[in-house]
Amino acid sequence: MHKLLRAGVAFAALPLLVAAVASGSAGRAAQASDTLVFGASADPVVLDPALISDGESFRVNNQIYETLVAQKPGTTQLVPGLAVSWSKSAGGKTWTFNLRRGVRFHDGTPFNAAAVCANFDRWYNFKGAQASSSASYYYNVVFGGFKNPGKGLPGRAKALYRDCKARGQYTAVIRLKRVFGPFLGAMTLGPFAIASPTALKQYGADKGRLTADGVYQPLGKFGTPDGFAVGTGPFKFESWRVGDRLTLVRNDDYWGEKAFLRRVIFRPIADNAARLQALQTGEIDGYDDVEPQDIATIKRSKDLKVLDRPPFNVGYVTINQAVAPFDNLLVRKAVAHGLNRPGVVKSFYAGRGVVAHEFMPPSVPGYSKSVPKYPYNPARAKALLRQAGLTLPVEVEFWWPTDVARPYMPNPKNNFQAFAASLNKSGFKVVAKSAPWRPDYLGRADQGTAGALNLLGWTGDYADPESFLGGILRAAKQFGLENNPIGTKLYRDLDRALAEADQSKRNAMYRRINNYIMQQVIGVPYVHTMPALAFRKNVVGYKPSPTLNDVFRIVKKVG
Amino acid sequence: MLRFTVRRLLLLVPILLGLSILVFLWVRALPGSPAESLLGERADEQSIAQIREQLGLDDPLYVQYWRYLETLAEGNLGTSIATRRPVTTEIRERFPATVELTVAAGIFAILLGIPLGFFAAKRHGGIFDNSSLVLSLIGVSIPIFFLGIILKWIFAVRLGWLPSIGRQDVFIEAEHPTGFYVLDGVLTGNWRAAWDALEHLVLPAIALGSIPLALISRITRASVLDVQNEDYVRTARAKGLPSRVVDSRHVFRNAMLPVSTVIGLQVGLLLSGAILTETVFAFPGIGTWLQEAIQNRDYPVLQGGILFVAVIVVVVNLLVDLSYGLLNPRIRLAGR
Repeated sequence: MHKLLRAGVAFAALPLLVAAVASGSAGRAAQASDTLVFGASADPVVLDPALISDGESFRVNNQIYETLVAQKPGTTQLVPGLAVSWSKSAGGKTWTFNLRRGVRFHDGTPFNAAAVCANFDRWYNFKGAQASSSASYYYNVVFGGFKNPGKGLPGRAKALYRDCKARGQYTAVIRLKRVFGPFLGAMTLGPFAIASPTALKQYGADKGRLTADGVYQPLGKFGTPDGFAVGTGPFKFESWRVGDRLTLVRNDDYWGEKAFLRRVIFRPIADNAARLQALQTGEIDGYDDVEPQDIATIKRSKDLKVLDRPPFNVGYVTINQAVAPFDNLLVRKAVAHGLNRPGVVKSFYAGRGVVAHEFMPPSVPGYSKSVPKYPYNPARAKALLRQAGLTLPVEVEFWWPTDVARPYMPNPKNNFQAFAASLNKSGFKVVAKSAPWRPDYLGRADQGTAGALNLLGWTGDYADPESFLGGILRAAKQFGLENNPIGTKLYRDLDRALAEADQSKRNAMYRRINNYIMQQVIGVPYVHTMPALAFRKNVVGYKPSPTLNDVFRIVKKVG
Repeated sequence: MLRFTVRRLLLLVPILLGLSILVFLWVRALPGSPAESLLGERADEQSIAQIREQLGLDDPLYVQYWRYLETLAEGNLGTSIATRRPVTTEIRERFPATVELTVAAGIFAILLGIPLGFFAAKRHGGIFDNSSLVLSLIGVSIPIFFLGIILKWIFAVRLGWLPSIGRQDVFIEAEHPTGFYVLDGVLTGNWRAAWDALEHLVLPAIALGSIPLALISRITRASVLDVQNEDYVRTARAKGLPSRVVDSRHVFRNAMLPVSTVIGLQVGLLLSGAILTETVFAFPGIGTWLQEAIQNRDYPVLQGGILFVAVIVVVVNLLVDLSYGLLNPRIRLAGR
């Protein structure tokens, strides 16, 4: 008996034996010079670009597929993609794209105008669950409607898209129903990448059904883990084991400069600490969304480095003009002077934030360098309140969200407490209110019932001012801009800028709008944050894009 | 025995029905809904309403539950809202990982815990006994995720002996006919893959098995101490039987009855502990899948996944109860 028990102990000690003779595979990723292993936070949802809206899906899809218009790596500057040039009609509703020649999809299908139009028509013809925001979010946002989507879904009346015609092999003419200024910027978005029409048909990209749960379940093999994903990009889809790894291989027939890397492997690792440890051991070569508290650890390491993603978000304090006395400009200016924005950014963003002075980051066209600024000045705030004829302190209901961390607001409570303290010194008396982020807080903010002040933020979708100013400020109730002359002027100006086809004129219009917004202190932006990525030092060439349009083609491993 | 087994299997029906109601109500009590999770902060009222209607979330609860029961009756556990894949497919892909980890942790806990408990009882009051007591208390007190992080930091980051994440090195090409990576390596003759899979199991199995190890060793110790003082054991020793015969035929066998109950209960503990362990080690099993589903408010996954785990726990407990009969014929014959 004792022998048996002793054998059991020995067997259970086997793990230690394994560890002692372990092959040390932990660092193998770091050593493979032609393969990059990237620690993603999750698997992509699907490898059909038209049906994605989350960051991890963007990251993978953007290596397989390409858009007509691209961005210079690491910037928002528009450059030729699958289209070498473009022009618009005098009326601004027709866009002509001259396409790149000699390009083939990964399955050998030629890329041409017919392929472009097949994709645009496919999206326009989405029906049922495919047409809902849960599936084709960005098509809904940009194009607004579909041909015959089904009950309850936006139809032709709301659609921006009219049609697409192939003029010869290499000219695609896209007609819109109205002028849409952000069109070109929107065409850089991953969901508008061009997939092989042959593969879309062959692998049943649009075969699906609505299950009893109301979930759209794809029945074809396009974009699925055991299926196919066929674009024109510098990497081809090889295999995908859900929860474990997704492998792309270099496209050696790529039309442009071939990738340095032979393979890119994405490993889903949900836990941030686990991603950091995997980087430290060399099991992965890099990851995104580094926690602020880990940055010092990474910088101290001789093998690791931090890369900054240019800011593409804004954290702000909403001012609801529907709540008296915040309909008074003097009071709103007092709020702006009473919020200690530099203090909050310095204390709670671990060096990853910059003070914001307007509702969009500097990388977006239309950014104004001449908006009025409101330095923290409690005395000035008090003087403004007295000038407004108010007795101090002025009571103000200030809301903050619980159960949430956002890139622009990692710890809302910290921000709130610091802002409340500075407002209390500036002639206000803050009444604190809070609610869980979903659904209560966002619902209240949307309806304008989250007090006079509340904490919110926004991350842009594409490099166009409408993506920020439209996305944030068209929520009229939130800012109390309904039935308000300030709102009337603002929305008129935003609509005019949206309908302007000439980009330089648009930029000038948005600069004026930004000046107006801050002259009227419609809200108080306070931070743009720079998300961080971490890599092993031998990974070079990675240029983080503000719009998550990172390209792995230009990345290599040295040493 | 057969009647006992059939009765226990029939009991599964009301148990699972009750559990399905509990899970159904619990997931809907979580703040937020799949609509907001799918759309993120861009969720506007109109889009949320559209998705809620599509998913039937505005129907009365009893209607939603009936619809759920109807799909269950077809053997369908639903479709994941986040991934749009059948829940059964995701379970089939992920369950082998959890089984492999749970079995490894269980083997570690049993093969170390029982001998430790046995020798602690045999050396009652001595240094070994007291040391094992302290270690057990530590094992039970340390949260699994914390232990996992510490193990990774020591053995993966600092020493570089073992991997910190996943089930297999990405540079190893291997076939996976069964989904159990160690077994697959053996079956396909890919010894490198089998060994690599074993390396990937070591740290998560130790982390996950730490609490069961502590519990099993303490229960074994207590049980052995109890049985050692029974009359029949004293009689056997008085008859002059060798100590090892007394230990194996009388002490060990009878002491294992309560231990086997505890081992059966550990299955539930191991499966729930797997959620945290798999997350810390990025082990692609049911645990990480359910954890993501909670964040995404993925109702079909939560409902189907939890129900599936519950079935496993109940069936394993049934098997444990049946094993009593093997260990002690008096229990087997009691029904006659």
